[in-house]
This record gives sequence, C-alpha cells and structure tokens, in this order.
Amino acid sequence: MAIEVNGKTIETDEEGYLINLAEWNEDIAKILAAEDELSITDNHWEVIKFLRDYYDEYQIAPAVRVLTKAIGKKLGPEKGNSKYLYELFPYGPAKQACRYAGLPKPTGCV
Amino acid sequence: MEEQGVIKKFLYVNRKAPYGSIYALESLEVVLIGAAFEQDISLAFIDDGVYQLKKNQQTSVSSGIGVKDFSKTYRALEGYDVEKLYVDNKSMEERGLTVDDLIVDVQLLDDAQMAQLMEQQDVVLSF
Amino acid sequence: MLHTVNKSPFDRNSLESCLRFAHQGHSILLFEDGVYGALKGTRFETLLTEALKSYNIYVLVPDIEARGMRTDGIIEGIKPTDYAGFVDLVAQTKAVQAWL
Repeated sequence: MAIEVNGKTIETDEEGYLINLAEWNEDIAKILAAEDELSITDNHWEVIKFLRDYYDEYQIAPAVRVLTKAIGKKLGPEKGNSKYLYELFPYGPAKQACRYAGLPKPTGCV
Repeated sequence: MEEQGVIKKFLYVNRKAPYGSIYALESLEVVLIGAAFEQDISLAFIDDGVYQLKKNQQTSVSSGIGVKDFSKTYRALEGYDVEKLYVDNKSMEERGLTVDDLIVDVQLLDDAQMAQLMEQQDVVLSF
Repeated sequence: MLHTVNKSPFDRNSLESCLRFAHQGHSILLFEDGVYGALKGTRFETLLTEALKSYNIYVLVPDIEARGMRTDGIIEGIKPTDYAGFVDLVAQTKAVQAWL
C-alpha cells in the first residue's frame, strides 16, 4: 500500500503503518488522520511527539498501558488516563497514534 | 495465557550475543508481549547473553550494520514493570566486563544464587 | 527440574553451563547434537562421569543412532531413553530448562 503526500509516494504496510520511519513528516500525519476523518489538534500533536521521542529513546512503540503511564508521568494525570487518550484516538491511542507518528504498530498489539 | 489471577514466576534465560543470531531480539519481543499478562518476570543473562546489555552499541544505517539498536529497549523494560534483571558474575568476569559496561542496572549473581533463581521458577524460557 | 541440552559440547558451552547451574538431583537429557557429550572416549567423558554423581543423565537413543554411534558407546550410568521416555521425563517435572 502507499499514500500520496505532496506529490511523493510513501509506502505503508497493509495496516497503513509507514514502511520507512525516516520518511515521516507532519503532513503525513495530517493525511493519515484525514483518512480517518480526524483533524489533528495540539493535544494530538503532543501525544504524537511523545511517541516519536519514546521511540527514539527506546526503539519500540509502547504498549497502551505503558504509554498511558508514561504520559501521566510527563504531562500529568489529567492526560495520563485512558479516557483522555481514547477521546483523542478512538481507534486505540497506541495503535492509531503510532500510525500517525510514523512508528510501527506497538509490540504485542493485534 | 493463564487463569485469571494466577501469577506464575517466569524466567527468561538469555545466552546468546545480539545481532549474530535472532535469539536476543526474539527474547526481548517475547518479554514485551508477555509483560501484558502481568506475571512475575525475571530475566537472566548468562554466557554471551551478557553482551546483549553492553553499552554504546552503534548499529545505524549510515555508519554501521544497519539494524535496530535494540539494546536501548532494555531501558524501556522498567516501564513494562519488568525490573528483575540478573547477570551471571562468572560470564561477566570471563569477558572482562563490569556492571559499568552495561546499559541497565542489574543484579550480579554467583553460580549458587543463579541456580537458586532457576529453581524458584514455574516456567523457564530459554533463548 | 529437567534440563535439556541439544548442542555438541565441542561446539558450544551449553552442557558446561547446564552443569554449572543444575541442582543436585535434577535430570539432564542430552539429545540432537547434545548426544555427543554422552559418549565414551571424548574429552568430556570425565566431566560427565563426575556429573553422574549429582544428576540423573539421560540420552536420546534415536539421536545416537542417527549419528552412526552405538548405544554401547554411551558412558556407564547415563540412561538411554526413547521418545516416550523423553515425554515421561517432561511430564514428571515441574519446569524444563533448555540449554540452547
């Protein structure tokens, strides 16, 4: 599979995750979100940015339980909870946000 | 995996160096997946397995072998509530390594302590 | 606890590491290339003879025969077993540890 971003073809796997993490940019995130009829707000960017930093540091995408806990630690309890994160990313905060962030699907997600 | 509420002791035994074979990475992935089941998890590093934890692994596409440096992932284990990492002291000494050479905090065990750890487990998974 | 060793002692230290950590009274099964450690006349014979004082050691006969070796070449005290015996050993034990 592939998506078109600014005239460039970006390859994705069959579930829509980027093949080459290095190709990611914010426009890709916006287009992937638009396909889900979602427009990315500052709150979304905050989580996406967090995930990209997490990946950079640990070389994995976190499981949702780990993400929730880590967000809470960094951004406070009002954001480090399932309700907040599922409202932002209704298809699953780890799964969906990782896709927009250009990361692989979290290990252990089915 | 288990009946709800039953917590078993799982030990992952790692005895292979990273990169030369897939064992080390596979083990780590199983640990991460298994962590979701909230069992009592310990990791042991023996023989060349201690090399998995060596600091300063450089594997980038631009200047290296071009694979993921998964040694960084051991530092994520704490966030997965996997906090019991044990290293065989003899394997460290044979390789001229000290705990300062390792990317994470570990507990060094002598032969008897490691044997004891193994004896306590319900399940031992070897890599 | 049952320990399994499936690598030749000439190739890897799996058997030696197993013997370093196994507790008195544990069982050890040698199979696949691990069976080379069960034979008389190798440089590991003394190690195995010594180990027999602490452990029950078994060897899988089909793997001995597949490699052109004979069961009468097995070190005295090591118990020859077949696949059914392997299964029994696993079934009797609380946990199995594979030394790869």
